[in-house]
Amino acid sequence: MQNRKFIKVLEIDLTAKKTNLEKRKDLVPFLGGVGTGIKLLEEKIKPEFDCFHEAQPIIFSIGPMETIYPAVTKVVALFRSPLTGELGESHAGLRLGMAMRFAGYDAIVISGKAKTPVYLYISNEQVEFKNAEALWGLDTEETGRLLREKEPGTGLRSILRIGPAGEKLISFAGVNVDTYRHFGRLGLGALFGSKGLKGMIVHGDESESIPDKKEYPKVYREIYHKVMETDLMEKYHGIGTSINILSLHHMNSLPTRNLQESSFEFAQEISGESFAEEKLVRKLACSGCPVGCIHIGIHRKRFADPYEYAWSGISYDHELIFALGSFLGIGSKDDILSLIEIIERYGLDCISMGVLLGWITEAYQKGLISKEQLGRSIDFGDTEGYKFIIENVIKGTNEFYKTVSKGTHYAAETYGGKDFAAVLGKHEIAGYHTGYGHLLGMSVGARHSHLDNGGYALDQSLQEPDGEKLVDDLILEEMERNVQNCLVICLFSRKVYDLDTIVKALKAIGIDYSSEKLMDLGRDIFRRKIALKKKLGFDYRKLEFPKRFFETKTLHGLLKEDKAKDLLSIYMERAEKICAESVDLFARTDDEKKSI
Amino acid sequence: MLACARTVHGDYSPVKSAIQIRSSGGLQGKFVADICRGCIHPPCAQACATGALTARKGGGVGLHREKCIGCKKCIDACLVGAIRFDQREGIPIICIQCGACTKNCPHGVLRMEVSSYAE
Repeated sequence: MQNRKFIKVLEIDLTAKKTNLEKRKDLVPFLGGVGTGIKLLEEKIKPEFDCFHEAQPIIFSIGPMETIYPAVTKVVALFRSPLTGELGESHAGLRLGMAMRFAGYDAIVISGKAKTPVYLYISNEQVEFKNAEALWGLDTEETGRLLREKEPGTGLRSILRIGPAGEKLISFAGVNVDTYRHFGRLGLGALFGSKGLKGMIVHGDESESIPDKKEYPKVYREIYHKVMETDLMEKYHGIGTSINILSLHHMNSLPTRNLQESSFEFAQEISGESFAEEKLVRKLACSGCPVGCIHIGIHRKRFADPYEYAWSGISYDHELIFALGSFLGIGSKDDILSLIEIIERYGLDCISMGVLLGWITEAYQKGLISKEQLGRSIDFGDTEGYKFIIENVIKGTNEFYKTVSKGTHYAAETYGGKDFAAVLGKHEIAGYHTGYGHLLGMSVGARHSHLDNGGYALDQSLQEPDGEKLVDDLILEEMERNVQNCLVICLFSRKVYDLDTIVKALKAIGIDYSSEKLMDLGRDIFRRKIALKKKLGFDYRKLEFPKRFFETKTLHGLLKEDKAKDLLSIYMERAEKICAESVDLFARTDDEKKSI
Repeated sequence: MLACARTVHGDYSPVKSAIQIRSSGGLQGKFVADICRGCIHPPCAQACATGALTARKGGGVGLHREKCIGCKKCIDACLVGAIRFDQREGIPIICIQCGACTKNCPHGVLRMEVSSYAE
């Protein structure tokens, strides 16, 4: 990867069971990660075919700093989302980034469809298509165990797999990565399922000698110290992301009971502090991260008499506690852990599943769906009821359950109740109701994720987060994150990796980029994503803000619909202007840039 | 592992690390560290027929690359499984007792100590 003359792209065709290794010089200016990924997606995607057409690609991509700098640990997946029908982008950590790097691939592109279930074994020497018929139908945990025992490479590999949710093409099925991380959002698991792809093992056991033994270790140390000296350790290693639960509750920003409220009377009970004191048994780190933010809580359960107990270690986070706790009116840590366990074993996205359950509860209470359709009654806080519903979503028991398996937006379109569906840009919301930043940010963000542009953070940091400055900051933030996502830096360390630090880090591994050129790249990716979304049918003018977002107090009081629409218009003007510009990554002068 | 590879063995890859951190039984299992114990009377050096591994003052061993024939007897001899083989170079990856791993452990898990058998 050093002094890169090309980007190594491994193409895998599941239909023909053939592979092809491309050394792409033309991709070098796109740096890696989301940059090379979006370029590859543009090339391979088939806008005219639906999400599950066998020709649709799945792209995994890493950057040149992967694993060799602190907290540069993620892999980005790009695809056509079965949930929104448009841009699918999801990030995951643990061992996959390291395994891809030391197997020698910058990007992996999977297309086609296997006739019978397969899993892939990928190493630097070979790609094997292996029979996965015996694994089809098994949950993510059992599949992981069997693949772990069957295949080599312990410690240097990553094991991806789907559960029954992906096999059954549920639109919000995720892909499990090494048990505790996921390509959770936007339905990559369903795409795996549609291709008959049960799992993928990447084994990276190559060595890679360090060419610059002076500058690289120096820059590494500098960044390492920065990482350890910021509040990263405190916030992400100490209590973890669930430290947010209590503070969001106090600032009227914690979506509760399907966003009918924004504070939760059991916030203390399900807070990060309480989880740490009573449930936390260990912490894990992604390969190459000194922080270690993955928090594992013990879930002890009685399964029979007399005193028959089992336990499992469940990874918990702010988003999961919100989606399966406050959002469903559940105030028990054990109940939350038991729901996380079931949902992840089936291979569903916890956030989307939780938000859908919230909508189902209110739709049932309002009489939009019946007891017959549901198979039982349901109320907020009813953990056993929620387990029943989750199982039936997986089984696809009746027409109702088949419908809701396409996500909350689709369910609300079918049965009514769009006003109280906590969905923005067809995507179930993340755990914040902070203000216009989050509302607009998730709506306009390229993948409709709170992480596209960090609107929830702007709500908390800007003096007046309701004007043009908010719009400009959302756009700037998304462009900068595009740069960070080219390297697939963990966004928890985004403040450490400012543009100047990235320039330095790249230079120490032989890659010359100025911060201006990086920003051009971020801007170019911003434009490319919008252009691709348009091809896939996205239109800003069709965005809707469900009424519920204006009925529940935020950090800044009640939001106004008119104001949100005004901000959206400003955003559209800005985005249009940016899309009208042409930025050529090779151009050196402004005139050259305009000429392309 | 990355610190060992980076600072001692000049490589980005954890393949080149003398310390092994691994899980026993998947990530749901326990984490274990295979660490060179820095024996005062090292069985790996005793097993070495060519004199490539020699006992180091204060514990542990030194590797004389030119004498190593890649027979892997040291690997079998190590009771705690702390030696791995570098396939490409054809030599074992030996801990030099430098403590780089302890300096890069931010969570207080690893530390250097003087052997209780040291003179």
